[in-house]
Amino acid sequence: MNPRRIGADFRITALSYFRNPVALFFSLIFPIILIGLFGLIFSATGTTAVNLAVLNEDHNSPESVAFLHALNETKLVKVQVESVAPSDFSSWLGQNDYPVGLVIPAGFQSNYTSHTSTNVTLFTDPQDASASGEVEFAVTGVANQFNLDAACGSTTCAPIIGIAGASVGSAVYTYIDYLIPGLIGFSILTSPMFSMVDITSSYRKEGIFRELSLTPLTRAEWLTSRILWYTLLTFVTAGIMIGAGAYLFGAHVLITAQLVPFLIAGPFLFVALGMLAGSVARTPESAALIGNIITFPMMFLSGTFFPVSSFPSGLQEFARILPLYYVIDGMNQVMLFSNTARAFTDVVVVLAIALVFFVLSIRLFKWRDE
Amino acid sequence: MAAAVEVHDLQKRYGTLAAVDGIDFTVSPGTVFAFLGPNGAGKTTTTEILEGLRNRTAGTVSVLGLDPWSQGVALHRRIGVIPQDFRFFEKITPKEAIEYYRTLFHTVRDPHALLERVELADKANARFESLSGGQKQKLGLALSLVNDPEICFLDEPTTGLDPHARRSIWAVIRALRKEGRTVFLTTHYLEEAELLADRVAIIHHGRIIASGTPNEIIEKYGGPERLRVEAPPSLASYLTTKLGIPASAEDGRVEIELHSKEDALKVLSTIDASGIPWHGFETRHDTLEDVFVRLVGQMDEGALRSEGSA
Ligand SMILES: Nc1ncnc2c1ncn2[C@@H]1O[C@H](COP(=O)(O)OP(=O)(O)OP(=O)(O)O)[C@@H](O)[C@H]1O
Ligand SMILES: [Mg+2]
Repeated sequence: MNPRRIGADFRITALSYFRNPVALFFSLIFPIILIGLFGLIFSATGTTAVNLAVLNEDHNSPESVAFLHALNETKLVKVQVESVAPSDFSSWLGQNDYPVGLVIPAGFQSNYTSHTSTNVTLFTDPQDASASGEVEFAVTGVANQFNLDAACGSTTCAPIIGIAGASVGSAVYTYIDYLIPGLIGFSILTSPMFSMVDITSSYRKEGIFRELSLTPLTRAEWLTSRILWYTLLTFVTAGIMIGAGAYLFGAHVLITAQLVPFLIAGPFLFVALGMLAGSVARTPESAALIGNIITFPMMFLSGTFFPVSSFPSGLQEFARILPLYYVIDGMNQVMLFSNTARAFTDVVVVLAIALVFFVLSIRLFKWRDE
Repeated sequence: MAAAVEVHDLQKRYGTLAAVDGIDFTVSPGTVFAFLGPNGAGKTTTTEILEGLRNRTAGTVSVLGLDPWSQGVALHRRIGVIPQDFRFFEKITPKEAIEYYRTLFHTVRDPHALLERVELADKANARFESLSGGQKQKLGLALSLVNDPEICFLDEPTTGLDPHARRSIWAVIRALRKEGRTVFLTTHYLEEAELLADRVAIIHHGRIIASGTPNEIIEKYGGPERLRVEAPPSLASYLTTKLGIPASAEDGRVEIELHSKEDALKVLSTIDASGIPWHGFETRHDTLEDVFVRLVGQMDEGALRSEGSA
């Protein structure tokens, strides 16, 4: 492995990339489109109202009733007032299959009229991210409206009604929060897979690999330069997705250095897998076919668009044999749950699979014919 | 001095097809060797075996004293190659391509000087995809020189080039030879081989059917000198009956073999005496092309005959 040669190949790769509008579109614009599309479909336009179990501890005070009425008016949720002991509410929601619940605290009305801040508590189930997203969207909207209505004359005052989250974890997740690690995983999978499969087979057909085999560049160096390039692209894409998610939909994911191992190990894995798929095929057409057979199940079943935990159990088992599952699960762990231990296991699994693919692809991939 | 290329009983089989069927040849250092043959003769197959790009089925091959297949890495630093149908990264310019190769080979070559040498300097910053076929070929030539090779393998370097571009490639090949490099060249253009090559081998159906210097081949396989005049076909039969030397007519021309100086005088005076209108005479020797066409034609006829009798 010679860094000078890797650098030279990296430069050629980067130049080719920047001069290719299609490639640029897919790595820079497409992520924003994906986030926008899925964000809109699943978090804002809720077509069917979500059942929202409500515990009104302010004993049907007029303001609390008005708040709930306004919630119903959004058509995003259907309020069902329940009477359960507050301490049991969380487990009661689970037992009664409510994905979301809301608690209006005692003193809601008096605090509201006296402009003292008060928090409604939103219980969400991270496994049902789309319901959580819709409800959070509705509650936030109504709370904002109430806060505006209560504006203290000409002076601005701090918002009165806040939203506290409660759930299995500690934060409130919207669908979009879930979507971000999923879609980063999606691009970690698709961007290297599709282009590596294509490059590997078409470079062989066009004789470019034969050309390269006549230079001191080794296959491992060539592959390393690709891995570096797709790692860089992944960082850019992830940045764009997090930025677009936060800006467009107010997503709040944890941006942490623990994400970095996944943004490196992920592209590593799929560059090697793409090359493996491209080198076992004899023609570009069969390479594309093999690439698609590998890519498509992962594209949908690894937690990209929907959390794996919301799948039927058979599919959940299946997801666990997909390498991308560990990339996305790991990113969920660090971006949403701060579960470092599980993330560590995930990254080890990803690295191990990546190494196997790397070694296999170097062995199977030949610059020249036999 | 040890041979630059030494090939003994080289064979390459694809299934039942013997693409190369037991060939022997040697290329001396500092010479230009031309490999001639019709389409599908086995030129590219042989060349790529010498370059270490394909493995052989049988035989021994040594290039610069190395086995191209098992010692390819060492060999590749010392040879330069332009493949037939050279292709490169579409979006990359010739200048960037040379810089890339320069770093890979860790040499200090001025990209501009190299591009000047192959007359491509004006396209230094054009993307590969926008280059013409000849310009692509020139880039291939420039890239093959980046590592200052001892042997250059050029597989049909001038196919598809205009006459001017061909001449500029020829000039580069002559210069390479002058610098003491060995050149292994394949071509369909007999004229090119005749002009450039020290030695020539003609390959057909995977076998070498003739080899030597161009003159040796012409002398050995070429016919005698011939006299040609523009005249109607009736002159041919007149000459044959009158002189007893076979004459042929084709495309308004009559051709007759000359075996001695006396023949020439006799033929001319007989023509003049025939009373048949004629004009414009010339004498010509077989070129390598005539030999090539004749040899390849004879072999194919032979093959047809043996097929017919089988
Ligand atoms: N990879 C391969 N698989 C099967 N057959 C092959 C392969 N490569 C070459 N051949 C066959 O071997 C024979 C020689 O091919 P080769 O490319 O060496 O010819 P060539 O002399 O270079 O012809 P051209 O002048 O057209 O370039 C041809 O019949 C060709 O079909
Ligand atoms: Mg050829």
